[in-house]
Amino acid sequence: MAKGIWIIVEQSKLEIRKVSLELISQGRILADKTGEPLVAVILGKGIAGLADKVAAYGADKVILIEDDKLENYTTGAYTSALNKVIRKEEPQAVLLGNTAIGKDLAPRLAQRLGVGMASDCVGMETDDASFLTFRRPIYGGKAFAEVSANARPVLATIRPNTFPVGAADESKKAEVVTETAEISADDLRAIVKDIAIAVSERPELIEANVIISGGRGMKGPENYKILEDCADVLGAAVGASRAAVDAGWIEQKFQVGQTGKTVSPTLYIACGISGAIQHLAGMGSSKVIVAINKDPEANIFTLADYGIVGDLFDIVPLLTEEFKKLQ
Amino acid sequence: MDFQLTEDHLMMKKMVRDFAEAEAAEGAEHRDEHEEFSMDLWKKCGELGLAGVTFPEEYGGVGADYVSYAITIEELSRVDPSLGVTISAHSSLCANPINLFGTEEQKQKYLVPLATGEKMGAFGLTESMAGTDASGTKTTAVLEGDEYVINGSKIFITNGYYADIYVITAQMDKSKGNKGIAAFILEKGTPGFTFGKKEKKMGIRSSATYELVFENVRIPKENLLGQEGQGFKIAMQTLDYGRIGIAAQAVGIAQGAYEQAIKYSKERSQFGKTLSEFQVTQFKLADMALNIEAARLLLYQACCLASEHKPVSMYSAMAKLFAAETANKVVTQAVQIHGGYGYTREYPVERFMRDAKITEIYEGTSEAQRMVIAAHILRD
Amino acid sequence: MNILVSLKQTFDTEAKIAISGGKIDATGVNLVINPYDEFAVEEALKLREKFGGEVTIISIGGDKVETSVRTALAMGADKGVIVNDPALEGADECVIAEVLAKAIAQQPYDLVLSGRIAVDDGSSQVAVRTADVLNIPSVSSILKLEIEGDVATVTREIDGGTEELEVKMPALFTAQKGLNEPRYPTMPGIMKAKKKEVKTVTLADLGISDAAPKMNAPKYSLPSPRKAGTILSGMEAPDAARELAKLLHEEAKVI
Repeated sequence: MAKGIWIIVEQSKLEIRKVSLELISQGRILADKTGEPLVAVILGKGIAGLADKVAAYGADKVILIEDDKLENYTTGAYTSALNKVIRKEEPQAVLLGNTAIGKDLAPRLAQRLGVGMASDCVGMETDDASFLTFRRPIYGGKAFAEVSANARPVLATIRPNTFPVGAADESKKAEVVTETAEISADDLRAIVKDIAIAVSERPELIEANVIISGGRGMKGPENYKILEDCADVLGAAVGASRAAVDAGWIEQKFQVGQTGKTVSPTLYIACGISGAIQHLAGMGSSKVIVAINKDPEANIFTLADYGIVGDLFDIVPLLTEEFKKLQ
Repeated sequence: MDFQLTEDHLMMKKMVRDFAEAEAAEGAEHRDEHEEFSMDLWKKCGELGLAGVTFPEEYGGVGADYVSYAITIEELSRVDPSLGVTISAHSSLCANPINLFGTEEQKQKYLVPLATGEKMGAFGLTESMAGTDASGTKTTAVLEGDEYVINGSKIFITNGYYADIYVITAQMDKSKGNKGIAAFILEKGTPGFTFGKKEKKMGIRSSATYELVFENVRIPKENLLGQEGQGFKIAMQTLDYGRIGIAAQAVGIAQGAYEQAIKYSKERSQFGKTLSEFQVTQFKLADMALNIEAARLLLYQACCLASEHKPVSMYSAMAKLFAAETANKVVTQAVQIHGGYGYTREYPVERFMRDAKITEIYEGTSEAQRMVIAAHILRD
Repeated sequence: MNILVSLKQTFDTEAKIAISGGKIDATGVNLVINPYDEFAVEEALKLREKFGGEVTIISIGGDKVETSVRTALAMGADKGVIVNDPALEGADECVIAEVLAKAIAQQPYDLVLSGRIAVDDGSSQVAVRTADVLNIPSVSSILKLEIEGDVATVTREIDGGTEELEVKMPALFTAQKGLNEPRYPTMPGIMKAKKKEVKTVTLADLGISDAAPKMNAPKYSLPSPRKAGTILSGMEAPDAARELAKLLHEEAKVI
């Protein structure tokens, strides 16, 4: 008898990622609806202290897979460790964040288990026949597919910012189980040599609540300062369109769009971005879209909830001042 | 009869379009404004094989047909007509006469580097007193021992200054008129061969147009192309093929302007409707599409004849004439659809309108094309 | 070095999406090589230029897919294999991975490359799943690749930075934008491509009899149109900024 909705919790330096908390919070709702237990799985080294935190967000049970070899994520070791425990416990569904790790781990794990998977989901509902159905954008958000699996467990990666993080209740406790990993040499054919995380005061693009992006209208790399100033007031991440990246004004990792990051913030402010269809593919699922562009015919205005027709070099600094007043 | 492009043609079309849009589109406005010739784009065209589309593989060419060539020039011109004519003048007017009339030695020495794009070519026929009427050629060539000595000048030479190899015509015996003309291959850097005035033009401003000046330029005897007295015939045959390039350039200009007009008419609203929703705009766009398709079919017909080495003269004249007139009609309407914006340099249709005019003038004016056509249809 | 590139033909990213009869309508849509797979082709060609060997393109699809395989051959790849079988209509990622792995395993290889995602279904699963069937290591979203002997050193994109890994080959890597600049096919390349070998195989040829998907057939829908926004135009900049901040604070409640 298959049991449980599982959330694979992603932690970095023993810090749980926001998307994992979003999934536990939403997982709690699904667990209550289906009567299934909600299980959080944490992999890594020295992770025991994280169990209480996930319990506070609603996990009924926490599985800790503790191993020195799991300190850094590698596809082989994580797949092997999870495959073993999933085969043993037979959950109904296994959910991951659609992060760099989630995107890499989930398909490999799904194939190892011989099951189906839904990628980059922006919606998830319970369903009598297939347990869960998932809504996912295809063709860069120009269409949606509703998908479900005919085998268990079903795997899915969920786009960050799709679900809100619920309130933590420190009094909640979960059953904590520790599993061993038994990682073979075969699982370690890829070895992490170095990790370079850019030091940034700003949130990671895919998880940011607010993003302010600049495109061709920024005219040059020096002008991103005005977006950064605004981002600092809002606690926002800074993004860019392909035009700005291709012009060499800003690094590729900041690119939002079909060939860049897919983001889903609460507020997306597009400055000097014309709104090419490939850009819309990367930010169309944002909850509120603001456009600032001097061209009234710019395509971005067709998607914007709010917009200003005007010169971003005038508007953005003024807007920063207005936001300061509201903080 | 089959009006479909082959898979190869479609792949070429996509490749040249992708290249032109990625590499040539962005700077086209700047190059036009500053009359800047781009060696970089020329080199990239060479690397992609665009400099030698129709020439045999054994001479460094691609060995493709004339439709492939027309596609190349059209797609370049759809984005940057100056780049289109750079490749067209190089291929049709310099490499092609060497391919058609050159000796094996001349082909090895000149056609191979031209076809691979290692060297750029140009063609010098026009003089201040010899335009449509080549018999006014004043540049002279005299055989002295093993060398020809050339004196005179040529004007309006596309790719002048930048080209490495020049095919030029010169008069050897004035009493024979056109039959006294000979064609020669000249290398840049030959003593006495210099460049005069750089033309400041209305359009195709980022293509180079220079005067060539010959002062006692001595070239070896083996650089005579064809026979003495054959120069006029060589020039006329060269132009028969050359018109295919200009027709393709004109179709490209028309296509580029038409696409801009379609895009703008869908974006721009007046009186609560997009321009494309007004019948007056729709009719303009329909006429553009109609004429472009007709021009392209004439062009492809000329290409098919050229590929099969059949007489091409009348058809290439028809294609060039119709395409050039179409280009000029289409750019005018495209500017009209853009209204005031179309008259500014904010939109590329302004540049297309200036670029289009030359297609009715060079490599034979529209009047000269009508003369060619008339001569053919009244021959019998 | 023998390199296999798993390539998918996708809609042009400019394509308008329409649904007809419960399916995505491909009528009149331009079909291209998935842009991320172009990075994989380019990387394979660069490695072949350095180490010698052969680049083989493997693709699954109907008759039209050959155009994209030929385009990769025109870029310089040596040969192609197309798995074309009506039984693959409606196949999910699990099935496609099995099929690709079987097709790949039919020839010697040191490296398998693919794009990190296909821009059509955006599932980003098949390549990694294929590596699992082949039982070879995989690294997703690579930005840099260097090879010495049978060890590849790759830099991959992770959230907020990059990671460097050493991987024992044979291995599979998926390409992220930034790995390289794909070359254009050349004119001579296009002429030569039609003479290169492209083998078409069926599931029976690969010894596959069961292609039952693990996912149910998807239901497609188009996004509901966003309601018209409040666009401020013709206002002085300070007034417009003040008004926008107010709307975001009071109406949208996002600030």
